[in-house]
Amino acid sequence: MIEITSSASVEIRLARPTVEVYTLITQPMPARIGGMLLLALGVFASVLLGAPTAHSSPPSAVSVTQRASQVTPAPAPAESAAPENFTDRVSGVLRGVDGPLGGVTVTVSGNGFDGETTSADNGFWQIGVPEQGTYEVLLDENSLPEGVELAEGQANPRTVTFAGTSNATTLFLFGEGIVSQSTSFWDDLAERAVAGFSFGLLLALSAVGLSLIFGTTGLTNFAHGEMVTAGAVLTFAFAAVGMPAPVAIVLAVLGGGLLGYVQDAGLWKPLRRRGTGLVPMMIVSIGLALALRYIIQFNFGGATQQLPGSQSTAISFGSVSISQNNLTSLAVSLVVILGVGFLLLRTRIGKATRAVSDNPALAAASGIDVDAVIRIVWVAGGMLAALGGILWAYYRPGVSYNMGQQILLLIFAGVVLGGLGTVFGALIGSVLVGLFVEISTLWLQADLKYVGALLIMILVLLFRPQGILGRRERIG
Amino acid sequence: MDFGNILINAFGELISPTTAAYALAALGLAVHFGYSGLLNFGQAGFMAVGAYGYAISTLTFGAPLPVAVLVALVSSVVFAIVLGIPTLRLRADYLAIVTIAAAEIVRYIVTTNGLTEVTGSANGLAAFEGSFYALNPFPQGVYNIGPLGMSERNLWIRVVAWTIVVLACLTVWLLMRSPWGRVLKGIREDENAVRALGKNVYAYKMQALVIGGILGSFAGIIFTLPRGAVQPANYATELTFFLYTCLLLGGMATVLGPVIGAMIFWVVLSLTQGLLYGAIEIGAITFLSNVQAGQLRYILVGVALMLLMVFRPQGVLGNKKELAFA
Repeated sequence: MIEITSSASVEIRLARPTVEVYTLITQPMPARIGGMLLLALGVFASVLLGAPTAHSSPPSAVSVTQRASQVTPAPAPAESAAPENFTDRVSGVLRGVDGPLGGVTVTVSGNGFDGETTSADNGFWQIGVPEQGTYEVLLDENSLPEGVELAEGQANPRTVTFAGTSNATTLFLFGEGIVSQSTSFWDDLAERAVAGFSFGLLLALSAVGLSLIFGTTGLTNFAHGEMVTAGAVLTFAFAAVGMPAPVAIVLAVLGGGLLGYVQDAGLWKPLRRRGTGLVPMMIVSIGLALALRYIIQFNFGGATQQLPGSQSTAISFGSVSISQNNLTSLAVSLVVILGVGFLLLRTRIGKATRAVSDNPALAAASGIDVDAVIRIVWVAGGMLAALGGILWAYYRPGVSYNMGQQILLLIFAGVVLGGLGTVFGALIGSVLVGLFVEISTLWLQADLKYVGALLIMILVLLFRPQGILGRRERIG
Repeated sequence: MDFGNILINAFGELISPTTAAYALAALGLAVHFGYSGLLNFGQAGFMAVGAYGYAISTLTFGAPLPVAVLVALVSSVVFAIVLGIPTLRLRADYLAIVTIAAAEIVRYIVTTNGLTEVTGSANGLAAFEGSFYALNPFPQGVYNIGPLGMSERNLWIRVVAWTIVVLACLTVWLLMRSPWGRVLKGIREDENAVRALGKNVYAYKMQALVIGGILGSFAGIIFTLPRGAVQPANYATELTFFLYTCLLLGGMATVLGPVIGAMIFWVVLSLTQGLLYGAIEIGAITFLSNVQAGQLRYILVGVALMLLMVFRPQGVLGNKKELAFA
């Protein structure tokens, strides 16, 4: 789901704006504040308790951060550790999975000063220091309760620097300890796989559109990422003017189709008429991508916003838990992709599309209106991309002007992996990319998860350049 | 609105080291795309390799300036070869996707938290330019170039940057009028015909990729030196696209085209920024914020790229017969 590397920022980014936007959209002013408080309280409570209770349903974002739950703001500082008459102090709160960690020894040294303290029962510790500056903070890992360990990658000792205030805080994040990790590997794997499947299917939505467009027109469309973004941004815009989420989503998908239609009618069709080559068209699509991206930023701003209902409850199947949004996303994309597959294989227009994709000249000669087919493909591609964008906004979660650009290369990877121009190849390739991205986080750093997928794409091109389902033909 | 100031700023962009860096990188793209027909969308990756190669060898290994530059160049050669082996046999669109992916892989790797010790992750690296400015022969003082006053450090980086641009242009010009360059142009026009003449097309393409990559690597170093910092966010795919805009502006199969294209690109960006901000300041434009004015300029870049490609693909200097695509 979401990487846990920088939990502090993750927590703040996920929990706060979501609550705000959600209430902003759905409730009038006074209720908004109340609702906000209530939700915020709920979030805190579920984090503090740390255990999934039967009746309360912790939002998915929170359940993700539970393993790093010490991030919650400090409870009121206790008087346990006296500040020793210094006005400047280094402090923090130690909180593990099962609650606060008391009796843990922390030492601070630097600037010719040494101080030691033990954390209070509520996990709070502070050490007064004579002057502001840089100090080294060491947590005595031997004094930790059994079964609690520092999370991976947590520096200990670490340096803390005062940044103009009289208090410097540092947070130690705790994992579950080695004992429980070894047993949870298969659970982790299953959970990553489910998340990856969901991610892969939403990639597939966009990839199928891209692949159809490539198949029928030969265009490698670098502006496809912006069509993905457009879906999410339109949903946000419609929801922000007060429409209920389902209506907003349907309208946004239609809007994506319109964008595809306008693009084809206004730009690509005239270029095809001129007989513009494929490489110039590719570069034109880059120009279009830049223009669209900055137009979206121009109107939407650079911030990340949340769609209504972006926090959802987690559902557990045995040891595997998946958020309700992810499950819905999985189901929606599966149904839509099966629908597209059915249309392509069983209907006249689907057959026509495959014929154009195979050989446009021959298709035209046999009475197929090639331009009409291409128009339909652009509209369908735009709608699929918009839907993929909306699901991607729920998956990340968040809407931002460059969200489509972030997955554009993964979409390409899925398409290339399956074989450029093959629709079912795009589906299989995207699912593989999604699975690979999520499962690789078991070993790779979370911020490197896209690297693996891109490397796989390059390797596939090296050994099977036509992709998994592509026909063997010379592509060099 | 101070027109004099706006014009002086635009003139400053004309000779700024960033313009020189763009010119060099675009010249590398001219070797790749304009002369050899290789659709390299990963030039930002080459620049990142150069910049990080220089910064890391200076900071982590304390290498002196020549060694650091050498490391940067060698890394970009290695990057070009590693990139070329799987991709040079591929069709243009595959090549584009793979090179852009490779550039992004470089950016993800220098951004990852796991390598913070070496690469500084998202914050990047700083304070590696000391050895470069230590070589500055200009005594301290204010130097005037036309209406523009600058410190001895700024003068030094400009002199070095543009000297490298001139040398690179000369080299590319000599290379392209040599038999080697003619083979390269032949590959661009018809790969199979050249192959039929018994030339090793793959090797020629690889050499072109390496040479363009070295230019990109130089560009990366020049790009970071005046900033005193190298940050991964600067080397995203947009950079490559801006370079393509410069290249297409000037003319892709020309030596001076990329240089002139980079100058036009930056002067126009500077002028539009000056005019828009000025208009906002005096209240002539009220529907834009300063931030939006900045974004408006990049919308214009995208539109310009599209229009150029559609209506004048040969650019300012180019010859329509010498396009990498029919």
